[in-house]
Amino acid sequence: MKIVKEALAGTLESSDLMVRVAPSPEGALDVVINSEVMRQFGAQIEKVVRETLERLSVTEGLIVIEDKGALDCAIRARVQTAILRAVENPVLEWSALS
Amino acid sequence: MRLRRSMLFLPGANAAMLSTAFVYKPDSVMFDLEDAVSLREKDAARLLVFHALQLPVYREIETVVRINPLSTPFGRQDLEAAVRAGVDVVRLPKTDSAEDVLELEREVERIERACGRPFGSTRLMAAIESAGGVVNAVSIARSSPRMIGIALAGFDYVMDMQTERGDGTELFYARAAVLHAARAAGIDAFDVVYSDVNNEEGFLKEVDLIKRMGFNGKSLINPRQIELLHNAYAPTGEEVDYARRVVAAADQAERQGLGVIALNGKMIDAPIVNHAKRVLQRAEASGLRK
Amino acid sequence: MTPFVNPRIEHEPAIAHLEPFREFARHAPYLRDGARKYSRKICASLEDAVRAAGVRDGMTISFHHAFREGDKTINMVVDLLARMGFRDLTLASSSLLSCNAPLIDHIRNGVIRRIYTSGMRGKLAEAISHGLMDQPINIHSHGGRVRLMDSGELAVDVAFLGVSTADEFGNANGISGRSRCGSLGYAKVDAARARTVVLLAEEIVPFPNAPASIAQDDVDFVVKVDQVGDPSKISVGAARITSNPRELLIARLAADVIEHAGYFKPGFSLQTGTGASSTAATRFLEHRMRARDITASFALGGITGGIVDLHKKGLIETLYDTQSFDADAAESLRTSPRHFEISTNAYANPTSKAVYCDRLDMVILSALEIDLDFNVNVITGSDGVMRGASGGHSDVAAGANLSIVVGPLIRSRIPTVVEKATTVVTPGECVGVVVTDHGIAVNPNRPDVAERLTAAGLPVTTLPDLYRRAISLTGEPAPIGFLDKVVGIVRYRDGSVIDVVRQVKD
Repeated sequence: MKIVKEALAGTLESSDLMVRVAPSPEGALDVVINSEVMRQFGAQIEKVVRETLERLSVTEGLIVIEDKGALDCAIRARVQTAILRAVENPVLEWSALS
Repeated sequence: MRLRRSMLFLPGANAAMLSTAFVYKPDSVMFDLEDAVSLREKDAARLLVFHALQLPVYREIETVVRINPLSTPFGRQDLEAAVRAGVDVVRLPKTDSAEDVLELEREVERIERACGRPFGSTRLMAAIESAGGVVNAVSIARSSPRMIGIALAGFDYVMDMQTERGDGTELFYARAAVLHAARAAGIDAFDVVYSDVNNEEGFLKEVDLIKRMGFNGKSLINPRQIELLHNAYAPTGEEVDYARRVVAAADQAERQGLGVIALNGKMIDAPIVNHAKRVLQRAEASGLRK
Repeated sequence: MTPFVNPRIEHEPAIAHLEPFREFARHAPYLRDGARKYSRKICASLEDAVRAAGVRDGMTISFHHAFREGDKTINMVVDLLARMGFRDLTLASSSLLSCNAPLIDHIRNGVIRRIYTSGMRGKLAEAISHGLMDQPINIHSHGGRVRLMDSGELAVDVAFLGVSTADEFGNANGISGRSRCGSLGYAKVDAARARTVVLLAEEIVPFPNAPASIAQDDVDFVVKVDQVGDPSKISVGAARITSNPRELLIARLAADVIEHAGYFKPGFSLQTGTGASSTAATRFLEHRMRARDITASFALGGITGGIVDLHKKGLIETLYDTQSFDADAAESLRTSPRHFEISTNAYANPTSKAVYCDRLDMVILSALEIDLDFNVNVITGSDGVMRGASGGHSDVAAGANLSIVVGPLIRSRIPTVVEKATTVVTPGECVGVVVTDHGIAVNPNRPDVAERLTAAGLPVTTLPDLYRRAISLTGEPAPIGFLDKVVGIVRYRDGSVIDVVRQVKD
């Protein structure tokens, strides 16, 4: 999927996260993660975000995560929502979402 | 016989609630994609619920998803998410007729086939929220073998009836009708939510009423109500003693191959035995009433 | 002229080595001065008080923290000492909180060289965790602090004690005047032990000020200051009655444990602490006490409005208060004849001649982490940064017949039950029961309690099971990187070292 516009998903409440995605002018995939639990879970969060993007075939864009200690299931959901909001004519491919 | 005293509503867009609600141990959790979710967040809530349903902790508890009506742009996608994520029960809101359930059933069948889920493993329940729905309660309750229960939803119903929520008089007929329809169809019946979460006394009064009427349980909007409800449904020590004797007598009759069950010289029939089993089940779940 | 009033004893060899009496005011010259006789302790300014107290470089100065986040005394005094050019001081406050962040500069500038405290929070804790100080801080319990003083390790030269009222002789309390913190349980210890005691009084009231929580015979100087603290900030963050369903769930389970663990009998005693769940647990206790017609003989430690409520209703006969956690507690201390202020020496010092915590049946304690050996960490967050206080945790856990540690299994994504505690403050052998929102674990050294709780139908499981449950939700946290440098030494209540805190790696 190709990110064509800026989109937001999530909240800054505890146990949630805010995901901001935007098209990348350079055509690169840039993932920026800020988290309250960075020391303990920073690597795990990045892994989940990148896996989620890969399954949606997102290969370029700026992805900024502001995490408030969300579980992996919430991270997947918020990243997917943000991407689907940022692409032209989103189609829900359930196999790519699970 | 599954205990369904408490059905806890969880707003589908609230990540923190979805990540913790299982600790309250309601009999069922209901992830709400309908009224508790704003139009802008329908997509986000659907995906949150889709992933939360797959948490291992929710396998220990019956899961329900309230989808948006199939007439809205959201209903079918909600259903896809719920069925594919393995939800136990889909709750259809604003059910006016058996045809609403049949339409849902056809969609569920299609998705079960598409995702390889065992045919028939997705159960259904219908919320009745209008005068028409109450009048059609019997045919709704009997509409599908997938049906596990029907629920009365008070807010829209009283609007439709041109009245408002009060002491329960306004729900007099609807409660009785929904309950009879459920019992006649052999499925469960759930009462309305009690929204004043700080009024424990009022809540318990309503629980006492619907328990005596025969409802299986109630939809709940705050986890704090679960313990109160379970305790109100818990039997007393005498009830448990009597239920134990009934079940023992029934077991003995079965072992001896007798067609008639007797306790203290009185004949006991199947409904009494079933009731005794329910009493023991509630005691097992929540102990004796405090 | 003979110096003796009685000249006949002038050449008496039996008294040759003793000082001859000369006149009645020789050692109390103020008695010849009608005004000075009364006002000799009063200093015109804090600066005068510092000079009069003889503060010098390298000395140990002490404070109490009864105002918690509302304290105005510690920062004010240290600011002044810095301006006056003092250096290399040892700061011994009964505890430090987020409001003490201004101390960072004074540490950097060499005004403060060493610290003894029960704990620290906020920016100060963050900076010290990141290696701000050359010398590690010493973290002690409330009882352990008194023991450190009595052993001579922590010899306080000058105590600066903020009080809402004092008379000119130095009789002081925290239950009268404007900024009332209630109990002066921490300060009483410093007043009795410091070489020099300076009272910072918000109001100087006519003699005699009673009750004298701090008594005139312990006080050297009294100075009036504008404000010693803001009592409204004592209970910051500790909402009085939570409506959070998860905290209420834990509170209900904690009350279930109290009811069924074997100590819920007429005349039992308890300490509940101040966390949201423990405060709420007291609310659930009322019904159970009434239902079983049981009253408690006393409640101990930090006293809250919830405990005061049970006291007023006759369900808890007596309160022993080391720290009043809200205005209700301070007011009850003032008005109730069975609400007593006690020092941390009488509360929890293991080498005191008797402590109240040894008489406790049950205590509810909090935790940042509980490890599989039941060891409890209340100092460092799981990111390795200090954010808590030892308080009375290890004291009461050691003294009480049953300690009940409560907390959510997971805080956002951080598990509370961990394999190995980042920092051990209270040894696991003193922890009887762990109550979480996912279930209850009982220490294998308390099979009697496990049996009773199971029989009562409570959700009893094991710590390894709770741990697995937590990890299944959060994933395995990555281990925290620490440098070798020790930034904090955790002293057990008897003065021994139970653990160290190392500098966190960035």
